[in-house]
Amino acid sequence: MIAVIDYGVGNLFSLCSSLKYVGADVVVTGDPEVIKTADKIILPGVGAFEDARKKLAANGLDELIKQRAAAGVPLLGICLGMQMLFEESHEYGVHKGLGLIKGRVIAMKGKIPETLDVPHMGWNALKFHNPSPLFKYITEGDCVYFVHSYYADGCEQSLIASSEYGIPITAAVQNGNVYGCQFHPEKSGNVGLNILKAFCER
Amino acid sequence: MITKRIIPCLDVKNGRVVKGVNFEGLNDVSDPVSLAAYYSDWGADELVFYDITASAEGRQLFTDILREVASKIFIPLTVGGGINTLDDFDRVLKCGADKVSVNSGAIRNPLLVEEAAKKYGDQCVVLSADIKRVDGKFTVFGKGGRENTGMEAIEWIKRCVGMGAGEVVVNSIDTDGVKQGFDLEMLSAVCDAVKVPVIASGGAGGIDHFTELFKKDPRVSAGLAASIFHFGEVKIHDLKKELSKNDILVRL
Repeated sequence: MIAVIDYGVGNLFSLCSSLKYVGADVVVTGDPEVIKTADKIILPGVGAFEDARKKLAANGLDELIKQRAAAGVPLLGICLGMQMLFEESHEYGVHKGLGLIKGRVIAMKGKIPETLDVPHMGWNALKFHNPSPLFKYITEGDCVYFVHSYYADGCEQSLIASSEYGIPITAAVQNGNVYGCQFHPEKSGNVGLNILKAFCER
Repeated sequence: MITKRIIPCLDVKNGRVVKGVNFEGLNDVSDPVSLAAYYSDWGADELVFYDITASAEGRQLFTDILREVASKIFIPLTVGGGINTLDDFDRVLKCGADKVSVNSGAIRNPLLVEEAAKKYGDQCVVLSADIKRVDGKFTVFGKGGRENTGMEAIEWIKRCVGMGAGEVVVNSIDTDGVKQGFDLEMLSAVCDAVKVPVIASGGAGGIDHFTELFKKDPRVSAGLAASIFHFGEVKIHDLKKELSKNDILVRL
């Protein structure tokens, strides 16, 4: 069973639908007892880092997720959920992340050419950096759908895919059993479904 | 880099798509779910659903349909039509919409843009503007293009983007339905004024018009059309192949 963590951040309708579509046994839950029994965990999220981080800490879910990840349970963070896997975020102040992946989350503004819009929104192609089981069913150059204004930096060791937006933008990371996608696989058509399918098979 | 987006727009009335004709391999062209899946399979980058029903029953049917579409089609969905309050945002977002397009609702109450952007994020709020030249000035029209608001369009768009609209659909009433190409002059004026994605709407009659659009003003992010896709005059797959041949970046 895959637990999609429900901590009051964002809309989980499409994510759950897409997981069901690829045949996964999905439970949307914020209940620690249920999360403990899950054999995979997905941490979604949209919105502001600080607010999401606080909500995740409110009922101890942050520590639980860390414990489960340390126990080897495959964990996938999506969008803001991915950003929370890092050590810290610089979105409106400095906030501590879960520290499961080395690196920090910083603003695109000031780093990308001024002519480019923020947020980075739309379909962009993936460039692979390291092989990952997440990419089992997709090929380099496939496009995925992004919506974000901050990105992960200093995570070269775990970088598995990037997309070009004036500069290389971290698109996906992996550190052992901990995975993260900056893009939205649940909105990335067949490519996204294939990424979710590959994660479900871990 | 970000690819140029091609976006078919589906008008839904009482739970059925209006204006559809026959496609090969598609039995029910007025079924929103089948048509959405068809477009998605053939490379649409996003879908826009406009609810053109006025009744409460129609509204309920629309959200049922939306939920069904969102549970089967996994590309971004934008919903417009009858969006007047934050509750309307809530209603469609819960059914799987990713973005919500406001038009007359924002004209009636511009604060709707600001409140929605604060609550759901800028990326969620799409300003749709119907614009027509009146005495040589770009003027905003409301109520589906029937009512002259007297507002200058560029100022209106700047104001809404300032309040948090994350994307702008520019629908030129002057070129709409004429099929002689997009309104490049109007689109360039909007691109000059704002730094959010601008979506061109109104005037596409064939593949060449999309090539012309992205070649002449590369700042335009996306092309939106309805009838040429629904009537099968332009197939999205062919369109994207042609754009790619012309060195315009698209998702194939």
